[in-house]
Amino acid sequence: MTSEDAAAQRGAYGDPRAVAALAAKVKAAAGRLTRPVTFMEVCGTHTNAIAAAGLRRLLPDSVRLIAGPGCPVCVTPVGYVDRAEALALRPATTVCTFGDMLRVPSSSGSLERVRAEGGDVRVVYSPRDAVQIARQDPSRTVVFLAVGFETTAPTVAAALEEAEATGVGNFTVLSGHKVMPPPLHALASDPEVQVDGLLCPGHVSVITGWRAFTFLPEEYGLPAVVVGFTPTDVLRGVEDLVRQVVEQKPEVANLYSRVVTAEGNIKAKAVVERYFMPQDQIWRGFGNIPGSGLGVRPEFARRDAFAIEVPVCAPVEPEGCRCGEVLKGSINPPECPLFARECTHEQPVGACMVSSEGTCAAWYRHERFQTGDIP
Amino acid sequence: MCLAVPMRLVRRDGDIGLLELDGIQREVSLALLQDSELGDYLLVHAGFAIGKVDEEEARITLQLLKEVADHDEARHDF
Repeated sequence: MTSEDAAAQRGAYGDPRAVAALAAKVKAAAGRLTRPVTFMEVCGTHTNAIAAAGLRRLLPDSVRLIAGPGCPVCVTPVGYVDRAEALALRPATTVCTFGDMLRVPSSSGSLERVRAEGGDVRVVYSPRDAVQIARQDPSRTVVFLAVGFETTAPTVAAALEEAEATGVGNFTVLSGHKVMPPPLHALASDPEVQVDGLLCPGHVSVITGWRAFTFLPEEYGLPAVVVGFTPTDVLRGVEDLVRQVVEQKPEVANLYSRVVTAEGNIKAKAVVERYFMPQDQIWRGFGNIPGSGLGVRPEFARRDAFAIEVPVCAPVEPEGCRCGEVLKGSINPPECPLFARECTHEQPVGACMVSSEGTCAAWYRHERFQTGDIP
Repeated sequence: MCLAVPMRLVRRDGDIGLLELDGIQREVSLALLQDSELGDYLLVHAGFAIGKVDEEEARITLQLLKEVADHDEARHDF
């Protein structure tokens, strides 16, 4: 396949004719529903893809799409950011982070503000870049802000492996890693959350394999599909969920078989297992979810930045912010009184507006013009 | 955050690969992959290849989409 072929392929997945045809198929399938249904996606990239392509407008009224806790930056609790800030202000310490953590509100500011005040905060593209920074200056402790789901955790574990193998002793991680199944269990068993099916996260599934989601149909009778990120991928997924509801045959349908297998990436899972272990984790909007986080294993305690003592106060959430309810899918962003008033992409209040993958950011950028939700 | 981009493996040196997409080249770690061959399309996330794109499966999906679109067009032609 040449790069022209690849470009043609990418174009084909967004082919307007195919999109229109699939939207018609969803409509036809929805005609067999006996009640309206709500499907949830739990991946920031899906949130964005759906909003950018205006897919909600193509769906019949009986099929509603909502976003769940799919943005790892958004579900990261304030206390984590507070600790990261304190580390950045510690002498001889460098904090390395993916760019989207920079503006997330802490109790008193943000990492961006701490950097402006002289804290050493550096944006990296890969955890490997943070290992390189540590290698170049052994006199400083380098802390990598390890935020992300199953997709990202293996890249951090591999960076830890590289640091171990090449003797980079000053590379540490502040693990805020989270895994998807526990919050899905929490959502599926929450009587206040009415969800009839799940669009499973595509790139999490590349690592976990689609079998990781079989508990949805088996334990909760919930239809599930693993889908990619083009408009046609998402519409095929929605059509399949409607079919599963109508036929009352819930399963995990893998519609992203070009990259997702049943078992996932076994080598990546093994390296995560070597450096991390399950631990309880706080999710914004959900509180503590047992076993939903990944902590550094005790045998690598010297790599665990949570072991570095820094002064942190009790975390303070931004006043009036309803990110927590947005993340559970119980409200849409325009229902928050701050949305597009006090809280904008230029002056964000809540994490869901800060991250480019946040639900509020996606609505702010794309959907408020489509739905007329402009204050 | 979980964004991943397919890029083609054009050169490799141990666990480090040179990957290309539309003329843009990037050095990427292959440490998380069991195996990979030159010419493979790999899914890249945060400086690592995390999976392979199965060309046969990709071809089947594209064929399916083409059929859906053609069928729709044929219906409008009536």
